Amino acid sequence: MPIEVLMPALSPTMEEGTLAKWLVSEGASVKSGDVIAEIETDKATMEVEAIDDGRLAKILVPAGTEGVKVNTPIALIEGEDEAATDSAQPTAKAAPSVQQPQEPPQSKPEQSASTEAPQQNTAPARDEAPATHAPEPQNASEIAPGTEMVSQTMREALRDAMAEEMRRDPDVFLMGEEVGQYQGAYKISQGLLEEFGERRVIDTPITEYGFTGVGVGAAFTGLKPIVEFMTWNFAMQAIDHIINSAAKTHYMSGGTVRSPIVFRGPNGAAARVAAQHSQCFSAWYAHVPGLKVIAPSTPADAKGLLKAAIRDPNPIVFLENEMLYGTHGDVPKGDDFVLPIGKARIARAGKDATVVSFARGMTYALAAADMLAKDGIDVEVIDLRTLRPLDMETVLASVRKTNRIVTVEEAWPVCSIGSEICAQVAMQAFDDLDAPPAKVSGADVPMPYAANLEKLALPTAEQVVAAVKSVLYL
Amino acid sequence: MAAEKATRSRSAKPAKGGDAAQPAAATGVAAAFTRDERLDAYRQMLLIRRFEEKAGQLYGMGHIGGFCHLYIGQEAVVVGMQMAQQPGDQVITAYRDHGHTIATGMELKSVMAELTGRRNGCSQGKGGSMHMFAPDKGFYGGHGIVGATAPLGAGIAFANKYRGNDRVCVAYFGDGAANQGQVYEAFNMAELWKLPVVFIVENNKYAMGTSIERASSTTNLSQRGLSFAIPGEHVDGMDVEQVRAAGSRAIQFAREGKGPTILEMMTYRYRGHSMSDPAKYRTREEVQHMRETHDPIEMIRARLLGDGVSEDDLKAIDRKVRDEVNAAADFALSDPEPDASQLTTEVLI
Repeated sequence: MPIEVLMPALSPTMEEGTLAKWLVSEGASVKSGDVIAEIETDKATMEVEAIDDGRLAKILVPAGTEGVKVNTPIALIEGEDEAATDSAQPTAKAAPSVQQPQEPPQSKPEQSASTEAPQQNTAPARDEAPATHAPEPQNASEIAPGTEMVSQTMREALRDAMAEEMRRDPDVFLMGEEVGQYQGAYKISQGLLEEFGERRVIDTPITEYGFTGVGVGAAFTGLKPIVEFMTWNFAMQAIDHIINSAAKTHYMSGGTVRSPIVFRGPNGAAARVAAQHSQCFSAWYAHVPGLKVIAPSTPADAKGLLKAAIRDPNPIVFLENEMLYGTHGDVPKGDDFVLPIGKARIARAGKDATVVSFARGMTYALAAADMLAKDGIDVEVIDLRTLRPLDMETVLASVRKTNRIVTVEEAWPVCSIGSEICAQVAMQAFDDLDAPPAKVSGADVPMPYAANLEKLALPTAEQVVAAVKSVLYL
Repeated sequence: MAAEKATRSRSAKPAKGGDAAQPAAATGVAAAFTRDERLDAYRQMLLIRRFEEKAGQLYGMGHIGGFCHLYIGQEAVVVGMQMAQQPGDQVITAYRDHGHTIATGMELKSVMAELTGRRNGCSQGKGGSMHMFAPDKGFYGGHGIVGATAPLGAGIAFANKYRGNDRVCVAYFGDGAANQGQVYEAFNMAELWKLPVVFIVENNKYAMGTSIERASSTTNLSQRGLSFAIPGEHVDGMDVEQVRAAGSRAIQFAREGKGPTILEMMTYRYRGHSMSDPAKYRTREEVQHMRETHDPIEMIRARLLGDGVSEDDLKAIDRKVRDEVNAAADFALSDPEPDASQLTTEVLI
């Protein structure tokens, strides 16, 4: 009975990968545990092991194939005594186990990917597949007409932003867990160690409180650290230094001490990693005077705003999103593309209602706008991009035009960014509103693990559609 | 491993001090001061003492608000360490920071005006007793979170190493902070990366009202770095000459790229934890005993008299110090409060 070898998921968020190399040829015998192939994602290269003893009867996906979806059969293995002709009707399936070349770190998302590869073909299709392209326009003034654009993932855009700023300013350095030799837990710092060396790309122990304090101390002296958190969940251990040491010192020193530092890493819900690895901290940091808070949704915004953040003399909280790291978008070519902090972007112009969102919430907002357009409803979608300071000017101008507003975010609903926007609009544009503001958010629960419950805990484009229709009394 | 390294550093550099558990005095390494150095130390310690007494008075009169942690009794620690440092070296400490501001050379008026919350206070009156800074003098505060100065100080030292200068950061914290987790995170990185930092534990025996015996499973704090292979020394923190001697060794060790040292300064605060603390957790006799037998200023005064300095000369210093402190207090009481517009400045740059 031949067994199908399936394309394995190497991480909770992997959708597809490249079958880089077959290490055994058709007809060769294999033993359970033998490395039979190498597959690559934009994050890493992994080895695929045989999951049973037998003979590699057929290679179904040739070496060099890109975009192989997770769970696609890539080869057939049959027992030594089975006839090759049976292999056309496989009756059993199994995904191979996967081995990472490096020693996995402790209790972090990357390692759960490497050690918990599915043993059965029961891994569900990813319901919340991130958009694969980000077509939204920039604000007209931000990119000069005729600027040459390159298509990049957000991951590449973030890396380029850091690399360009490190080339430009020798006081900029990167520190965090796995940023160097490992090339980044999410591969954001790929290649930086090779270019800038160990002096400026610093692998830290797993010690968030401590290394955040070290970063802030270095910033007090005028260096410009970029502190990467493997995820913002782990920054909870360091929030004391982010707020008490970085955000407040300029004020309480009467302006004599500065903290020019960027704290960055993935924020918000990932996929199937449960409550302690899936939380949006947007409102937490946006609450704090002395910080600027940025949460981009496109590769171009990510690049332009991260460069601005590194150049800014204030402490910056830069909230990325793991689910968006693989998103493609057009980014201006060259190393001088810097966006203004504190400016929202009208991602889609419209007249019937205003939808305000940020980060991955934009995925739902834009999908809903497409769905509503089919019903003849023309919504304006605003990407906040910066959460502190909030660009209320742009939001209020839109509301004065559309007279209706819906906010969209993945975070918990109580005291959220959406809450603040709704309150500001109610206070500053009450007479312009034709309906009460509406808010779409994540559910008010810790993130569950079960696939169906996780889906229920996150907002959907359908919910945004329903909210827009409700403010239109449709 | 730790013991191995400590042994190595001792044998390679005898001046690195004796067994970590032994007071430095037992090793006989304290380099005696010259007469002028004693005069300088006497003047500085007296200045801190008189300043703090005045601050206590102003607090009692309602001119200083909030928390006010006086340094009286601990003067030899910061004065001795400052004498061991070179220009460019940095200092960071916790909330009992008035002595550090004075020792690093900050203007007395600006420190006292900060305590009274006035416009020309060193932090424009916006920081208060616990948050004073003078980066131009190498002083990085003034921090209210117990233990924070260990990683922040390691970060300042990290910057020194990054820049390739030969500066050393002296990071102070108290015996209470020695049980904070972030202190050990900082120890690990400081030794791992051989950062030029000296950790000073000002052990005044009480973390607020909790004696060290009631809070610490092991009370020899100089050895708290041994599992990271950081050498430590017990120092008589009431003797400014021994402080300088131990500080000089540790600073030289750090400057040579050999990494951190922990100096546990055995000291004592005469006043309560803060002005609102009646200090009922210890006896009057205990305080009186320390004042009479271990006072840092009396100790150096006796040596000066032995050096042939006259009572009159010392009285002249006393008078000058009092005048300075009174002038600072007058300034701090007459300086206006910050302008209302300063409420919203310095939030962002």
